[in-house]
Amino acid sequence: MPSHDVMPNMELYQPVQVEDALEIADRLADRGWLVGGGQDTYGWLKDRAKDVDALIDLSAIESLRGIRETADGVEIGALTTLTEIINSDVLRNSYALLTDAAGVVASPQIRNIGTLGGNVSQDVRCWYYRRGLSCYRAGGNLCYADTPEGMNREHALFDASRCVAAGASDTSSALVALDASMVIENSSGERVVSAEDFFVGPANDIENTTILRPGDILTAVRIPSTWANASFYWEKVADRNVWDFSLVNIAAAFKLSGGNITDSRIVAGAVQTTPRRLTNVEIAVQGQPKNQETGESVMNMATDGARALAHNGFKVPLLQNLVKRAISA
Amino acid sequence: MTTHIGRDFVPPDVPGKVTGEIKYAEDYKREGMVFARLLTSPLPSGRVVNIDASAALRMDGVVGILTADDLAPIAPPGNPSLASEYVTYVGQPILAVAATSEEIAESAIDAIRIDFERRDFVVDPLESLKPGGSNAYPEGNVLVRTREEGPEGTPILNAEIKDIKWNQADIDAIRGGRNPEGGEFTTNWAFGDIDAGFAEAAAIIEEPFVTMGYAHHSLEARTSMAYWENGKVYFHGSSQSQSANNAGLARMLNIDLADLVFINEATGGGFGSKIGPYPIMAVAGNFSRVLNRPVQLRITREQEYYIGSARSGIQGWLKIGVRENGKVCAVDLAIVNDGGATGGGSGNSSAQHVTVCLQPEAMRYRGISVYTNTTPRGAQRGPGQNEIAAVLAPMTDKIAAKVDIDRVAFRRLNALRSDGFQGGSQGPVTSSFIAEALDQGAREFDWQAREASSRELGGSKKRGIGVGIGYHGAGGRGYDGLLRITPDGTLHIHTGVGNLGTYSYAGNCRVAAEVMKMPWENCEIHRGRTDRHLPHSSGQGGSNTIFTHSRTMWVAGQDLITKMKEIAAMDLGGEADDYEIADQRVFNSADPSQGLTYAQTAQRAIALGDKYDGSIYPDDINPITVLATQGVAGSGLVGVAKDNIPGQGQPPGNIVGFCEIELDTDTGKIEITDYTAVADCGTVVHPKNFENSMRGGMVWGVGLTNLERHVYDPQNGLPANTGLYQNKPPTNMDVPVDTVQQAVNIPDPQNPVGARGIGEPTQGAMAAALASAITDALEGHLFNTAPTTTDMIIDHLAGNDYSTKSLKTNTF
Repeated sequence: MPSHDVMPNMELYQPVQVEDALEIADRLADRGWLVGGGQDTYGWLKDRAKDVDALIDLSAIESLRGIRETADGVEIGALTTLTEIINSDVLRNSYALLTDAAGVVASPQIRNIGTLGGNVSQDVRCWYYRRGLSCYRAGGNLCYADTPEGMNREHALFDASRCVAAGASDTSSALVALDASMVIENSSGERVVSAEDFFVGPANDIENTTILRPGDILTAVRIPSTWANASFYWEKVADRNVWDFSLVNIAAAFKLSGGNITDSRIVAGAVQTTPRRLTNVEIAVQGQPKNQETGESVMNMATDGARALAHNGFKVPLLQNLVKRAISA
Repeated sequence: MTTHIGRDFVPPDVPGKVTGEIKYAEDYKREGMVFARLLTSPLPSGRVVNIDASAALRMDGVVGILTADDLAPIAPPGNPSLASEYVTYVGQPILAVAATSEEIAESAIDAIRIDFERRDFVVDPLESLKPGGSNAYPEGNVLVRTREEGPEGTPILNAEIKDIKWNQADIDAIRGGRNPEGGEFTTNWAFGDIDAGFAEAAAIIEEPFVTMGYAHHSLEARTSMAYWENGKVYFHGSSQSQSANNAGLARMLNIDLADLVFINEATGGGFGSKIGPYPIMAVAGNFSRVLNRPVQLRITREQEYYIGSARSGIQGWLKIGVRENGKVCAVDLAIVNDGGATGGGSGNSSAQHVTVCLQPEAMRYRGISVYTNTTPRGAQRGPGQNEIAAVLAPMTDKIAAKVDIDRVAFRRLNALRSDGFQGGSQGPVTSSFIAEALDQGAREFDWQAREASSRELGGSKKRGIGVGIGYHGAGGRGYDGLLRITPDGTLHIHTGVGNLGTYSYAGNCRVAAEVMKMPWENCEIHRGRTDRHLPHSSGQGGSNTIFTHSRTMWVAGQDLITKMKEIAAMDLGGEADDYEIADQRVFNSADPSQGLTYAQTAQRAIALGDKYDGSIYPDDINPITVLATQGVAGSGLVGVAKDNIPGQGQPPGNIVGFCEIELDTDTGKIEITDYTAVADCGTVVHPKNFENSMRGGMVWGVGLTNLERHVYDPQNGLPANTGLYQNKPPTNMDVPVDTVQQAVNIPDPQNPVGARGIGEPTQGAMAAALASAITDALEGHLFNTAPTTTDMIIDHLAGNDYSTKSLKTNTF
């Protein structure tokens, strides 16, 4: 088993204008690899589990950084670090769901370097896939995890389609709950898609976790004011309290009137490849008081359709409990 | 009143660690040095049919490859540096490539083609033991020692591989929590009449248990750099030990002991995995010989997980019988160890831990260590003792409840005392004050009040209160001390103890200063390089250093004092016994004005020669100490002696831990809200170091009981845990910020300063207390696993058919 830890030889591009980055990304297409904070990238490349010809380092493009208030919410540059998000008064005051989620990503050191764009674009953490095995997601024709003997404690409960890997991003759940939009640019121009549509599951595209394609650059994330100052609930359950991926996380936003839920967006993370919006729960709690009784009455709905693997059955009660807590809090 | 013992000081290498100036093996460079990288096995089991390195050797910058053909052959069950024919685990080194840069060496690795023949593999010891089960080695599946095993961490010698299979009924029995009575074991001992004991018992429990192995996580991967110069080999390595490496390393390099300069000033952790010279050390030294240029072999983090070894896992069964008065009357213990690719398990040490905690009137132990095609296994902090501590503690609570005795009182009644015994041979101990530690800890923790408190904390939170015992043998005998006073009056303290970060080497040196009544600032420690004339010292493992080498410092100090007095009597008249020492002088007790300074005695020793300046030395010192003494001879007054202090018995390191947790029944998460530990380790030599050791061990105890995992895929033999984040050692956010650590501080009678070791049981005490607290929070539910992870707790609470019953030593 070859073991590497030095960077392989490759070209390095360091554009300072987004236009130049788009031109390079377009020209290199699938020969190029975008890197921001590099917290996902360098593992892939140093392990040589992924092989590319050129690295396009976006970190010198200042226009991709920063948090800007807009007429309809806030826009966050894709290169904004997670630490900058955590420390943002604007986000903390109105969109605490995101700052809470960003605040428990990985470790302080990783949050100092890791970017929002990188966090939502990171690949799945299935250890078989990360070892460079030729699984479905890597272009092969089998899944090592979805077997009776597979070591799949961290894997998906829902929406498996050949691949059973679960998403690893904590901020993604929060962004879907906040009804965020993703700003994507390429040489043809800009398009804006909802966060829900940004993430893709294996049934639609087994080799990618987002709709980003060679030549695309995620430049910003926009959060509408629709859910500003809503009643938020965030919780991440991981084995360790720092430097760990979610076993399950929950991101919820509630609009209340007289203690009753008038609208909600409830999203679970790490239970499938994409953030899972629990729309059946959202519908069930509509008009109900936000309390423990309501939570207990709907918690089991959260796992309708779940298919536990050999070792991840615990995620079923865990997700149910987190939904209960989100509604009870 | 002591001057140095029991007082804080700053070990001399601390500033370098704070500033980053200190050098580890990887930091050393040498002109003309080339970089070697390893090509390791992609298969868990197979045979190397052909190696084609021609393309790699044609690459610019590649200077050579090293294979097993270049090294002395190692017959099974030895762990070879490079696989010769059979590979037995994923990540096993097969060859090394050297090049003028690391980048070229890594590219060259990719250009080498190896043809393998696949063999069946096994990652679960019970799968190998069952009828028709695969064997990890062509020769068989079980390591059988043909002679009593050596100290922990030493290479396994006098052993052979056998093919042993059990009946399916016995496999089913041990998996199902029943006695595998018909299973063949390779280690068997018993004392007393266990049948009579169980017959007389008022209460009996019978439990299965599984503990996982897991990696050592040494932050410094085991890099080495070697070069040959003027007939000597200069070897920069990463080791827990210093002088204890020399003989084995010299053998690996096929050189005389006198021609080895082993350099190891600082080590970034070892935790048992670097006690002695480990196989991969042979590569850099021999590659350098072959290429005739300096070679650095850097090990990647992933490779450190492949070859850095791991704790052995256990699949076991334990039955305990207790009399109505709470005394343990019978114990029956069966252990199947997962020995990984190197076959060694620590079951006997686990059984020893049981004897210390329960002091049973009768006990039977049966153990077998089975090879699997997983990472090599070796000593890891309290090997055997600490992992069984985590499963024994809740069982102890359960049986105490059956006879309606308080959990602390039950332990106090049964645990080892000074007149008690340890192990299957029921050997004596130097002293033991676990009962006193329990009393002190219970007072400090306010055990009775907490035990009486409600376990309900409102909402989904439950309180859990736990207590546990950590134990490990903690000291050796018979090593050498070497001290020297030079004409400038400096006390030179030569120590061959390693520096894996525990600073016990420096604590020992304080004993020399104490004996010589010497100000610390007038002492100079010589360590870290063989050519600094370092005596024969124990391996820096087994919690032994403070007991073992406070004794060697003491005997060498006595030798210095004796010689000083003799010189004074020679020069000033009277008998040697007329003199005493103080204030860096040796003087006549009746007339203190008649005396010599230490500096003057050193000058006189040089003039006198003979035994005084080290030209002549005792017959019974080790050859390593002979070389060291010869190296310093003529430079001053030399004190050199072997530790022949009379005495018998094992010095135990004991700790009692008390733990309180809040367990969230919704999430399975545990928050440790309080931890109090009291050590029975004799006199505390260095309080700050004691505190650090207690804290560090506590952290790893949390990992053992709640977090760390060792996962192999049974389908392809691949390890899942090849990085720190995958293994999940605890972070500072997973452990309590404020903890209480105290010592009983009763001196051990067989140590000149009263000290015993304590390094390893610091982990076991927390592991046991935390496991006890988890069970307490869950109304007495026993998981019988280490670790007990978040998912297991959730599954239990949800009533899922959770993984305990299918838990294996490497998978869940």
